[in-house]
Amino acid sequence: MKKQFAPLFLIALLTLAINFTSCKSKPKDADIKATIEAALKADPMAAGTSVSVEKGVATITGECKDDMCKAHCAEIVGKIKGVKSVVNNCTVAATPMPATGATDAEVDLLSKGLADALKDHPGVTGTVENGKVILKGEIAKAKWAMIKQTIDKLKPAGYELSGLKIK
Amino acid sequence: MLAENKYQGLINAATVAGVANLQVREEEGVLFIDGEAPSGAVKDMLWAEYDKIDPNFLTGDLVMNINVASAAPVTSAKVTTESSNLNIRKGPGTDQAIIGKAAHDEIVTVISQSSDQWWLIRTKDGEEGYAYAQYLTPEA
Repeated sequence: MKKQFAPLFLIALLTLAINFTSCKSKPKDADIKATIEAALKADPMAAGTSVSVEKGVATITGECKDDMCKAHCAEIVGKIKGVKSVVNNCTVAATPMPATGATDAEVDLLSKGLADALKDHPGVTGTVENGKVILKGEIAKAKWAMIKQTIDKLKPAGYELSGLKIK
Repeated sequence: MLAENKYQGLINAATVAGVANLQVREEEGVLFIDGEAPSGAVKDMLWAEYDKIDPNFLTGDLVMNINVASAAPVTSAKVTTESSNLNIRKGPGTDQAIIGKAAHDEIVTVISQSSDQWWLIRTKDGEEGYAYAQYLTPEA
């Protein structure tokens, strides 16, 4: 008798499991999410944001360029049918600091150019500090004149040459 | 304006020699001279003048960026290393991989002079890449 019941029991268990999962994921959430995504996509201000929906609660994540943009995104989402409430987890992009002096790219260019210029002159070492080129070591005059002409083209802020000796 | 006074003779020489777009400015004790010399000889003359005022260019209070106006773009150049071969690299920088060599005294084709430091060249064997411009002398 026991053997006959076993498959029945399994079927019952399976139906229960299926019911459970279908209950858990309300199909509506996915629809709401799709509608919101379409609305966000259509609005250039909402670029960079994404949304998730659970039980009618829409959570917006991503990065907005300013507070106004963040509020605007919440407004769009709040208007969508089926959204019960909006959780706005958007971050606001930090305002870029105004650059002071040489940019990193310019400093990199100078450092790289300096390394290239000194590559064949192992007697001299060079570093860049606050845009100034600091040279140390010993070098023949003709070579130094050539290097100086090259480095001057890289627009350094100046030189610190007390450690450089001309042979 | 201390540095400007010091190098006044050089600035005058540049003006007389017909350096175009001559720009002189002083910032925190450093004088910057930019301009375009009509010929390589004028540029060399100015550097000699600089050396006279500031022997061996060791004070570090002048940054002189004088380019030579080129009537026609350079199309070929001679490899003027001391004696060794010249590295040809994948990109403009000593951190770039070496992809070939140009022999000392070899004549190469200059494809582009996009940077002052690195020129894009092609050897007669068809090797193409960037070489350090200091070791390339334009062929007339």
